[in-house]
Amino acid sequence: MYLSNEMALSFPAKSANEGFARVSVAAFAAQLDPTVEELAEIKTVVSEAVTNAIVHGYKETTGIVHIKAKLYSDSFAGKIVITVRDSGEGIKDIKQALEPCFTTGADDRAGMGFTIMQSFTDKFRVTSSLGKGTTVLMEKTIVRRS
Amino acid sequence: MAAYTVNNDVLTVQFKGEIDHHSAGRMAKEADELITKYEPSLLILDFGGVTFSDSSGIAVVLGRYKKMTAKGGQTELASVPKSIKRIFSLAALDKLVKIRENV
Repeated sequence: MYLSNEMALSFPAKSANEGFARVSVAAFAAQLDPTVEELAEIKTVVSEAVTNAIVHGYKETTGIVHIKAKLYSDSFAGKIVITVRDSGEGIKDIKQALEPCFTTGADDRAGMGFTIMQSFTDKFRVTSSLGKGTTVLMEKTIVRRS
Repeated sequence: MAAYTVNNDVLTVQFKGEIDHHSAGRMAKEADELITKYEPSLLILDFGGVTFSDSSGIAVVLGRYKKMTAKGGQTELASVPKSIKRIFSLAALDKLVKIRENV
């Protein structure tokens, strides 16, 4: 597969930008001709990762959320690689954070973000460093429809 | 304000638009205010007008379910779009509340 396109997006960690972020990445991914369902999955995982950056990365403080998306293609399939990065406080225990229903958030958080990101992508990796921030990398293959 | 109907002791709340961390708080609060006002024995959360939900929607359902259960009431979901249904079943919400096709 070759790199066919790429984009970067940076915005302040405001919840109003969650919708902007997911719609922007989905619009970019549309170049791979995904199904409606695949597009919904891309929107959802971006929404989860950006919300995590805002709610857990920056908490009461503010900062910038960075998204990069790269599109790869060959004649059989396309692939989107998305990274969502914050320079917030980092995750103390990634293993625990990945457990379904685990959350350090309030009652209004379900603790399902990472589970959804894993379920809706083909490859998922989270790297984090305390005091420095968290990066989530997600890959999703989009098979060409005839 | 969310649209709603009250029929005997059934309260139906119609959610609209996109549910995410940004909008979920307001939606939950509006539903809570209606539950407090009408004290229904059955709460139906109608997702027919919802175009997107991430995991914030799970917490919106769970919170209302807990509030209803505390008073001995039931909660059901209606007209949940396919993509949102998948998210709800990842959280096993379908084991907790009945998901009906229509209101």
